[in-house]
Amino acid sequence: MTSLANKPALSLSRVAIYAVLIVAVFIYLVPLVVMLLTSFKSPEDIGSGNLLSWPTEVTAIGWIKAWATVKGYFWNSFLITVPAVLISTTIGALNGYVLSMWRFRGSQLFFGLLLFGCFLPFQTVLLPASFTLGKMGLASTTTGLVFVHVVYGLAFTTLFFRNYYVSIPEALVKAARLDGAGFFTIFRRIILPMSTPIIMVCLIWQFTQIWNDFLFGVVFSSGDSQPITVALNNLVNTSTGAKEYNVDMAAAMIAGLPTLLVYVVAGKYFVRGLTAGAVKG
Amino acid sequence: MATLELRNVNKTYGAGLPDTLKNIELSIKEGEFLILVGPSGCGKSTLMNCIAGLENITGGAIMIGDQDVSGMSPKDRDIAMVFQSYALYPTMSVRENIEFGLKIRKMNQADIDAEVARVAKLLQIEHLLNRKPGQLSGGQQQRVAMGRALARRPKIYLFDEPLSNLDAKLRVEMRTEMKLMHQRLKTTTVYVTHDQIEAMTLGDKVAVMKDGIIQQFGTPKQIYNDPANLFVASFIGSPPMNFIPLRLQRKDGRLVALLDSSQARCELPMSMNDAGLEDREVILGLRPEQIVLASADAAGLPTIRAEVQVTEPTGPDTLVFVTLNESKVCCRLAPDIAPAVGETLTLQFDPAKVLLFDAKTGERLGVLAPSQSVENMGNVTRLNRN
Repeated sequence: MTSLANKPALSLSRVAIYAVLIVAVFIYLVPLVVMLLTSFKSPEDIGSGNLLSWPTEVTAIGWIKAWATVKGYFWNSFLITVPAVLISTTIGALNGYVLSMWRFRGSQLFFGLLLFGCFLPFQTVLLPASFTLGKMGLASTTTGLVFVHVVYGLAFTTLFFRNYYVSIPEALVKAARLDGAGFFTIFRRIILPMSTPIIMVCLIWQFTQIWNDFLFGVVFSSGDSQPITVALNNLVNTSTGAKEYNVDMAAAMIAGLPTLLVYVVAGKYFVRGLTAGAVKG
Repeated sequence: MATLELRNVNKTYGAGLPDTLKNIELSIKEGEFLILVGPSGCGKSTLMNCIAGLENITGGAIMIGDQDVSGMSPKDRDIAMVFQSYALYPTMSVRENIEFGLKIRKMNQADIDAEVARVAKLLQIEHLLNRKPGQLSGGQQQRVAMGRALARRPKIYLFDEPLSNLDAKLRVEMRTEMKLMHQRLKTTTVYVTHDQIEAMTLGDKVAVMKDGIIQQFGTPKQIYNDPANLFVASFIGSPPMNFIPLRLQRKDGRLVALLDSSQARCELPMSMNDAGLEDREVILGLRPEQIVLASADAAGLPTIRAEVQVTEPTGPDTLVFVTLNESKVCCRLAPDIAPAVGETLTLQFDPAKVLLFDAKTGERLGVLAPSQSVENMGNVTRLNRN
């Protein structure tokens, strides 16, 4: 007796799908593999073997050298990214809350104009931002760079929160108002506890954007306050001495690790948050 | 608890836009149950939001007790509201939902616990207190929403179509329960619905609204038996009132309506004040239950023979459709009568219960009976004609 549930485990189409997926995974992973392998090779090894060959002798010298070089900048990046992410997310949440639950005359227009911020390329704001920072006395300071990141990120964070909050029934806010709650009480007690998925999306998005940013970093900071992306560029682009590819690769890995980590920890919220509100229920 | 009085309330969303609410004038006593009923877009929910303070009025006054609250914010009006979607706070447990308003009002925790216990017992939701709203059925959510409103002991309760998200059976159950609750607690209540059965069964007073105007304000009985105009007559009642357009004639000094079933004719003598009604285009209104099978003990009432077109046995009654003056007319007959389609029945009317409406304006015509009209003067708000 054959049951309908007992289909062959591996049909031809299944095999084809897995084959394609494996090829895709391979293509995506090759650069990472090359970076990892190279970072653990000695310079002689790099010069003799091919890119994908296993290190003849595994050595952490590249990582040690890289960390010694970029350590300070790594912490710079944290000092820039953490406040910028937290501030832009907080203000974005408040903006979104107002634009969806406490609409005022012209709030739709305001939101529309704010959206333009999402389409502005970094390059167009460089000069005005630098002028403004100069006037504020914040030129070439970490505070100034944080300020630029916050302002630039607001368009995105507001968009995220506003679009999440429009799917929350307005009756909740009405009910809370009748219960006697005010603007901030409603936000803190009712709205924020419902916002975990979108807060995660916003944190990941902003963290990735700001941590990976190079242009603002290179323009609005100097010397010892530069973020790691700029330091990495300086390291890789030095024209003096022999190229130490193992150090370059290790430094690049170090620069990329925090964003990887954020995705691993909070990634499940990312998809959930992006699709939240898309389907009711 | 308190009285509620609306004095000439107006609401518009901007100059040039049509009025959303127009000269709303009504008042209810302490402990009364007021129903705002009307089709969607009639302004009933807006009116409720205005009473709650969630929207501002552009003219007039809203009095709760002796206090004009029209400029006050919702939290200062001491009002509780049950929403159509229940609007339970999804991240809070049932207990936290009920406590929320009390905590904000800085009640001490012992009193809060006592109040939650009282409300939970009243609504039989004690076993649900630690659940989240998402884990409750629709009926349970509805109870919690009511519990949240009851816990604050406000001056006035507002209900915005609270039963419309429930399935048909539960809706009927909850309707009875709400009525029981109101009889026990005697709370001043305003209840918005588009369901005319809820309006008839729950209300002490009913305001029928259309286009932002109160068409009629009165007791359910007045609204049903003595509708102010064609709209009210057609909106209240299920199956709806029959309307037969015709021209009144004078015969032997009496005003009569001539009915024609194509099998027979019948002269229906009019009992109302007939001044100015002769030879006028009118609409005759007859409720389905006012057309019955001719019987010997009600001899002397006008009768007519008519052919049965369709029958709809509903269980408690059989609805029979016949054609009079080329209009489809529904008669509500006893369930044991099951006439076949095509059969001819002899039907009988009580002319005293016939209503007349102006064919053009829909205005009720020929209201007579001095005792009745005096009683109605204060309560019947007639259609505003400009």
